[in-house]
Amino acid sequence: MTWLAAPALPLDEAGKYVAAAYVVFLALILIYVAIMAAKLVRIDRELTQLAEEDE
Amino acid sequence: MFSKGLAPLAIATVVTLTAAFTLVFFYAPLDADQGFVQKIFYIHVPMAIVALGGFVAGGIFGIRHLRSGDSSWDLRSYVAIHLSIILGLGVLVTGAIWAKASWGHYWVWDEPVLVSFLVVFLLYCVYFPLRFAIEDPERQARYSSVFAIAAGAFVPLNFTAVRLAEAFTHPRVLSQTGGDLPGEMRLTFLVTLAGMTLLFVTLWKLELTAKHASMQLKKLRRRRAERREAVAA
Repeated sequence: MTWLAAPALPLDEAGKYVAAAYVVFLALILIYVAIMAAKLVRIDRELTQLAEEDE
Repeated sequence: MFSKGLAPLAIATVVTLTAAFTLVFFYAPLDADQGFVQKIFYIHVPMAIVALGGFVAGGIFGIRHLRSGDSSWDLRSYVAIHLSIILGLGVLVTGAIWAKASWGHYWVWDEPVLVSFLVVFLLYCVYFPLRFAIEDPERQARYSSVFAIAAGAFVPLNFTAVRLAEAFTHPRVLSQTGGDLPGEMRLTFLVTLAGMTLLFVTLWKLELTAKHASMQLKKLRRRRAERREAVAA
């Protein structure tokens, strides 16, 4: 349980951990939104194709 | 069907999350014990709460599906669980980063909160192979709903059991007595939690919209193929 008594990290060292955590969060959201956007673009393309075939 | 209100919801999410991150870095004071590293708390904990809430919501939608037989409730349940898994992954990774910064270890196996979250996460990882192993859509939806209900009931039970357990390393910030969070930190946390909840609902609606559109497209293609076959005959 030595880590309980560990002092706070200095700002320059703590900064990289905080940045890493926030980058992980943003990356997850961005990847998810990018996949969803790609899916919606594909649906839009297929719908356009169907509409063109009907004309 | 599912896209109603998506645009204002997305705007509200962006505004709330921007406000939340501004509060995190420019308003909330530095923690006396952990210093700057404690800023991870403001994404890690709301993400965990929203992920667990999403798992429970998946179970509730599963109940509605079994009661009504309406497959749209199964779709809601599936998307809620899918999103919660993604947030759960974020919780595990940000938690590991925080643990390394605070405790010097990426993972501590004798800490109930960490291990119980991993158990819940792994339990829900089983949902997808189970769901896609069943080809018949009706059976797939029914079995998935049963799983979502059983696992969804496990989440609060597991949470209560862990809260009752005597933990010695993982901090307790929210308790019935209000925890140890000072006012500024509490406000920042609540705004971040609101932002994370809005983000979950926005992405849930976005994925539901995409899934619904994809299903409609498939239905349209099938109908056209049937019509062509009828004309050819």
